[in-house]
Amino acid sequence: MNELASLVAATLSAGTPLAIAGLGLLVNERAGILNLGAEGMMLVAALTGFAVCFETGNDWIGFAAGAGAGALVAACFGWLVIWLNTNQYATGLAVSLFGGGFTAFVGVAYVGKKLAERADYSIPLLRDIPFLGPALFRQHPLVYFTVAATAGIAWFLYRTRAGLVLRAIGESPESAHALGYPVRPIRLLAVSVGGAMCGLAGAYFSIAYAPLWVEGMVAGRGWIALALTVFATWRPARILLGAYLFGGVTMIQLHLQGMGVNIANQLMAMLPYLATVIVLVLISRNPAWIRLNMPASLGKPFFPNL
Amino acid sequence: MIQLEARTAPSLAMSVLSPLVALLVTVVVAGLLFVALGKDPVRGLSVFLVEPFNGTRALTELGLKATPLVLISLGLALCYRSNVWNIGAEGQFLLGAITGGWLALWVTDSGLAIPRWAFFPLVTLAGALGGGLWAGVVAFLRDRFHASEILVSLMLVYVANLLLSYLVFGPWKDPNGFNFPQTVNFAANTEIPRLVHGMRLNAGFPVALATALAMWLFLFRTYGGVQLQVGGPAPAAARYAGFSSRTALWMTLVTSGALAGVAGAYEVAGPMGQLTPHVATGYGFTAIIVAFVGRLHPLGCVLASGLLSMFLIGGELAQSRVGLPSALSGVFQGVLLFSLLACDTLILYRPRWRRTA
Repeated sequence: MNELASLVAATLSAGTPLAIAGLGLLVNERAGILNLGAEGMMLVAALTGFAVCFETGNDWIGFAAGAGAGALVAACFGWLVIWLNTNQYATGLAVSLFGGGFTAFVGVAYVGKKLAERADYSIPLLRDIPFLGPALFRQHPLVYFTVAATAGIAWFLYRTRAGLVLRAIGESPESAHALGYPVRPIRLLAVSVGGAMCGLAGAYFSIAYAPLWVEGMVAGRGWIALALTVFATWRPARILLGAYLFGGVTMIQLHLQGMGVNIANQLMAMLPYLATVIVLVLISRNPAWIRLNMPASLGKPFFPNL
Repeated sequence: MIQLEARTAPSLAMSVLSPLVALLVTVVVAGLLFVALGKDPVRGLSVFLVEPFNGTRALTELGLKATPLVLISLGLALCYRSNVWNIGAEGQFLLGAITGGWLALWVTDSGLAIPRWAFFPLVTLAGALGGGLWAGVVAFLRDRFHASEILVSLMLVYVANLLLSYLVFGPWKDPNGFNFPQTVNFAANTEIPRLVHGMRLNAGFPVALATALAMWLFLFRTYGGVQLQVGGPAPAAARYAGFSSRTALWMTLVTSGALAGVAGAYEVAGPMGQLTPHVATGYGFTAIIVAFVGRLHPLGCVLASGLLSMFLIGGELAQSRVGLPSALSGVFQGVLLFSLLACDTLILYRPRWRRTA
């Protein structure tokens, strides 16, 4: 029973950064922009968050700095693809490559540094409930935030006028432009929000999850978060579900080892990546279904004739 | 204020100028960075721009580094021309290193007295098979199940890296290697023949150049080359003309995977001489930048490979000469690609002064 509770707790914790990043990417993809730079933004934010947290000793300033760094990188990406109309695939890749190189260079100073004693965020009373306590109520606050953010983004997209405009821009920027909506500024805003969320996810790795800085520590989770948006067919609730699924796959690998299953850990570590491939295959099998759900202008350039 | 206006036709001049402007921007940024870090910018820049060309040894090292970049970027250029986004060349490179390394290990273990010149084509083939197969998985999943080749090829990079780790930590570990995660040193006769006595430059370099020539002939002098490329800029036109996008997908992915695999095999049978967990050095990702800087043109890829290997060597030198981490070259690569993409806007658009209303 305790074993299971700790598996649930670890799954939620591992799924949280994927969900936060996935939700952010969902917002900018709903506006029609595909940002392949998720991995790079998360790395920049993980380093920024760690460095700021290390220097100030305050986790929350660290998280804010991480989100800010992610938003800044995303805004640069956004300016290139939205105003200069550069290829979204190539520019996103550039962000990922730059993020890897830049953080490897700047981060040298922070390798091996330790953060102050991590705070205990478990909730009094609730944490002592058998099973549910250790499984759900001894988590980092961002774990709960993620659930709230999922609901918030779903409400925003489907229940507000601004959300409707955002989705309209993602489906047909030409029509939204003709109606007088400022397509490009709104897209930039959406991309920046996506960057801020990816940044928060990156900072979660280096401040709460690991907590340390290592070169390339995001280890492909940015790409997995991109795959999540496809898996979720661009729906917020399914992002959360998918993220916990991946978190579970990551954790089962560790638990199997704990249970004495004798498989080399390198082979077990392949699981999340193989799971991503399998999930992509299953979900993409029906192209009509993807076409139906995918924002119609995703990845396509839009250049208004002013 | 300045506004962009669509050109009636893409500007050829800008498409050639753009990489040069991007290089200039990168050099300026690099100079400023050295100043900001309190280093002498002239000294810093000379490490990147002059020293890699200084003397025979430096030039042969440049060629050695450029070899994998040329091979991989040629394949990627082919992919990107037909709008197939293979970004997992690093994984295909690793698989080629694994299969090439497997062959070299087999020869080493069996003590087969095969001459170097005879082993060279065999290890080339082994690398091509490994890399081609790995990319074939991507092509199959894309073709059969419509899974995004971007995400699948990238996920397989991590899988390939872990597979290599597994092999050198487990079954292929040198039993007398003091438990270090590495294979035995390959037998001397598996080493790729060297070109210049005492230098590490090997026969892989002329092979890479010949591949560039072959790629040029294929792309611009054969009907098959046209068929592949139409699908990139004009998929609808390609369909009407009866050109199969499935053929293009398989052809480009497997070719680029095979080339990356050959590069991987040459790396382990050449300068490395054994398998370690550190075969992956990012050539597969740097080659993406090479392909774009080289305008997806075979000749351009060769030139851009020289440029990027200059950055890589400069990064290694920066550590000993200026006391900066070698990751510096990664920063410059990123800046180069960013400024290139921004400059590329001017190929399709021209800036126009306009008075705001």
